[in-house]
Amino acid sequence: MKREVNTDMKARTVARHTKESFKSLLRNGWMTFASVSAVTITLILVGVFFVIMMNLNHVATSIEENVEIRVHIDVAATEEERNTLEDQIKAIPEVGSVVFSPKGEELDNLISSLGEDGDAFKLFEQDNPLNDVFVVKTKDPEDTLTVVDKIEKLEHAAKVRYGQGTVEKLFSAIDMSRNVGIVLIIGLLFTAMFLISNTIKITIVARRKEIEIMRLVGATNWFIRWPFFLEGMWLGILGSIIPIAAVSAVYYYAYQFLIAKLAGSYIQILDYTPFVFQVSGLLLVMGAVIGIWGSVMSIRKFLRV
Amino acid sequence: MIEMKNVMKKYANGVIAANGINVRINQGEFVYVVGPSGAGKSTFIKMMYREEKPTQGSIRINGINLEKLKDKKVPLLRRNMGVVFQDFKLLPTLTVFENVAFALEVIEENPKYIKKKVMETLELVGLKHKARMLPTELSGGEQQRISIARSIVNSPKLVIADEPTGNLDPETSWEIMNIFETINNRGTTIIMATHNREVVNTIKHRVIAIEGGRIVRDETRGEYGYEG
Repeated sequence: MKREVNTDMKARTVARHTKESFKSLLRNGWMTFASVSAVTITLILVGVFFVIMMNLNHVATSIEENVEIRVHIDVAATEEERNTLEDQIKAIPEVGSVVFSPKGEELDNLISSLGEDGDAFKLFEQDNPLNDVFVVKTKDPEDTLTVVDKIEKLEHAAKVRYGQGTVEKLFSAIDMSRNVGIVLIIGLLFTAMFLISNTIKITIVARRKEIEIMRLVGATNWFIRWPFFLEGMWLGILGSIIPIAAVSAVYYYAYQFLIAKLAGSYIQILDYTPFVFQVSGLLLVMGAVIGIWGSVMSIRKFLRV
Repeated sequence: MIEMKNVMKKYANGVIAANGINVRINQGEFVYVVGPSGAGKSTFIKMMYREEKPTQGSIRINGINLEKLKDKKVPLLRRNMGVVFQDFKLLPTLTVFENVAFALEVIEENPKYIKKKVMETLELVGLKHKARMLPTELSGGEQQRISIARSIVNSPKLVIADEPTGNLDPETSWEIMNIFETINNRGTTIIMATHNREVVNTIKHRVIAIEGGRIVRDETRGEYGYEG
């Protein structure tokens, strides 16, 4: 007498649920539009934010990787002492490379880096006040400070200079904007979710008689829930279409523009592919998750199955 | 097939709708449930299809122990029974055929089987020729026949009816009762809450009278027993 409740879903049932969910999207008209718009706006911001953050991080990392330690050699040091110093620096385990840069070269660099103003320094070519320098690179940029400490203790190292502060400042700026962005986005996510949950609520109320009959004739809870899940998911996915298109297009042009500007510099932005695909995937998944989350809230509250 | 032992039901607002109900109903019986409004008839019936849970006591239907039945398994119980209401509960946008088929579609039956079964059932209730019409184009009696068709399309062993003739004129009520008789003659148990004195006194069956949440009378071939 007892019949088993069928749990695996038949193709026919999938088709039925899909049809029902699309019918509701159309029937809810303006609420559908409002929900989709909210998701769209949220995801555009998420997309822009994400693209900027990922690129800033990338840039910061590439800058960090280029941090060099400049060891000014004591003017009084003999060539032998200088060689000893070089050997001692090379002996530090974290050190990657050591390059000697004589003071004449240093002055030339200084002059050329200042452009026209550099001409004033040409006077010093007669009597160069600069030091000879060892340019040291660490194997891992994170070890910069450790290496600096060790070099400072060595004899004949007059001054040790590195990109003090700049990288730290950049990273703290990134952290700040990341926190502000996350707060903003969480607020928007909740707004979008609330709108979706409200749309689903309208569907549930509109179909309460149908739901009542389904329960009476023995439809399983999952059978009753599916169309609402799907409706929420469609709202989220529809909302992710414009953001995906916008981010892909804008990044395409921004990439072309910036890559030309940054040519020759060691600063790099993320390549168009696969980055754009990753962002698109993220936006799509986020849209679907917001949608399903919104519908789950309403299903729990109003469906009670 | 139905057995209630010492069933109590107290609602959250303090109303006691069942106060120690003991009853046994066998397969194939036709039972009228009578009693004044608010005496606990509806609760008695709702507990059978697990719309309400008893606060105490045990209910067994078709060998299923209702107080141990998990919420998830309630659909299993309901697939083996049909429920008919005073207000028909039909979907106005669906045709007669679709309304009946709905009960089989949502439990994922095979479309061919659905078509065959729905047409058979519509023939039984005399609505085969109106299968393509909308419920709103039909009379109250015809609408109730759709709802009966929907309740029996899954060939349940038990049909529960809560005042099925409550909204119908006397003549139509007899038509509906004839359909219930036919269903009962095919071996289906029928439990019907009713205020229809004439029906109870004319088509004689077991009568259970409920007052103040207790069974005060239980007679085979009984009388309605109330005025009006």
